[in-house]
Amino acid sequence: MTEYNFAYLDEQTKRMIRRAILKGLAIPGYQVPFASREMPMPYGWGTGGVQVSAAVLTPKDTFKVIDQGADDTTNAVSIRTFFQRTAGVATTTATSDATVIQTRHRIPEEPLHEGQILVYQVPIPEPLRFLEPRESETRKMHSLEEYGLMHVKLYEDISRHGHIATSYAYPVKVEGRYVTDPSPIPKFDNPKLGDMAAIQLFGAGREQRIYALPPYTQVVSLDFQDHPFEASKADHPCGMCGATDSYLDELIIDDAGGRMFVCSDTDYCEARQAAGHKGKDAA
Amino acid sequence: MTPLLSVQGITKRYGAHIGCTDVSFDLYPGEVMGIVGESGSGKSTLLNCMAGHLTPDAGQVVFDTRTEGPRDTIIMSEPERRMLGRTDWAFVHQHARDGLRMGVSAGGNVGERLMAVGERHYGDIRDKATDWLGRVEIDASRVDDRPTTFSGGMQQRLQIARNLVTGPRLVFMDEPTGGLDVSVQARLLDLLRGLVRDMGLSAIIVTHDLAVVRFLADRLMVMKSGRVVEAGLTDQVLDDPQHAYSQLLVSSVLQV
Repeated sequence: MTEYNFAYLDEQTKRMIRRAILKGLAIPGYQVPFASREMPMPYGWGTGGVQVSAAVLTPKDTFKVIDQGADDTTNAVSIRTFFQRTAGVATTTATSDATVIQTRHRIPEEPLHEGQILVYQVPIPEPLRFLEPRESETRKMHSLEEYGLMHVKLYEDISRHGHIATSYAYPVKVEGRYVTDPSPIPKFDNPKLGDMAAIQLFGAGREQRIYALPPYTQVVSLDFQDHPFEASKADHPCGMCGATDSYLDELIIDDAGGRMFVCSDTDYCEARQAAGHKGKDAA
Repeated sequence: MTPLLSVQGITKRYGAHIGCTDVSFDLYPGEVMGIVGESGSGKSTLLNCMAGHLTPDAGQVVFDTRTEGPRDTIIMSEPERRMLGRTDWAFVHQHARDGLRMGVSAGGNVGERLMAVGERHYGDIRDKATDWLGRVEIDASRVDDRPTTFSGGMQQRLQIARNLVTGPRLVFMDEPTGGLDVSVQARLLDLLRGLVRDMGLSAIIVTHDLAVVRFLADRLMVMKSGRVVEAGLTDQVLDDPQHAYSQLLVSSVLQV
């Protein structure tokens, strides 16, 4: 524990990141540039999220990491161990016990409460990037609120697929002002972004951007009047716990076309199984 | 009558080099103005200054806005100017690729301006896009195809549809027929003339092709080395050029 400063980053760096976080909270949805540091992991593994987590962690915090909803995947385990070793904070897999939750691609099923912080790992913070490659131009579009282009993407979806086929990283408008990328969470999770009791922080390490949603922020998913937004999920109950209201992963279980659907949020699923709920595939 | 566009003393320098200097003219509603001259004479610089793509070093570009009357677009705030660029103004580039989004379908290209001014009904946007494809003689079945699959002439017509869908009052055109073969040029010119007449558009057309201005423009300005050397009614200038350079220009046209 003596080898590293608390939570790996030095205090000046944390101060710089906290300043970016505060600015992000003051202007919900606005991408604040920050001097992202080299972290002891490759870009794409959550360097942005890790820096934000390091800046907000205190010794009394309880830390949880999920990757695609699961507590036990490589990314989640390695980041959790990282902070166990460099910060010595308590860790948990129970959503309600955690004070800081770092996540990749999901929002926990269990509603978060006040006092919790949800930290997202963001690969590409700019929702307009694939439509307009010039950073100078996208910044101008944000500052002048020129968001017609975002609807062009949705228009293209409908003309090609007959419905809005964007199913993750679905663009949202924050407090009627900034169009924001909610990180690659499934659009099933989009309604949870708005009016959430917890603080939501987004960190993009490679792209050097931080943005934030303070508690109880208005977040609206973009859509057309005649093609309204729909939070979709696989139309099955969970095979392990029988839940019908949670986001599901589809697993291929043999080479004869067998498959099962299970909750992507492992903590939610395990808690339900412990409470006696059983799905059709449960052992 | 208030001029739609009143240009006064526009000057743009690139360091010691003159882009265009002290250009003034008035453009009235429904009028089409041609600007001709050799390469490097400052035609495109002038056009870009007027359309707000370049900031001139001196001069005024006063546009008669719908809501507030005549306003100088140079000192207007950037959001206002860009709003004009999406609504009352249109800009047709020489190369359709500069004016189109090549990765977006034809319908999306036409619909972009509608969505940019707040249209949020997919069915309506698509109907308008299809209608406009018809007006520029592109088959409605191509509405979901990307412009990359279109021929050069079709791309140029698509660019025109995309620009005119919001019903602009002033169209800037930079060599709209450049790079097209003559038969396609003729059809495009025919189409443009029809649209200009039907919609009562005002237009400023930059070109080095005298046949194009003869066909489309009511008035003509001849530029040389950044200065306007001669201006007047198109037929007058072309039939009886006064300035030595205009005479050279008119006599240089190849006869078939």
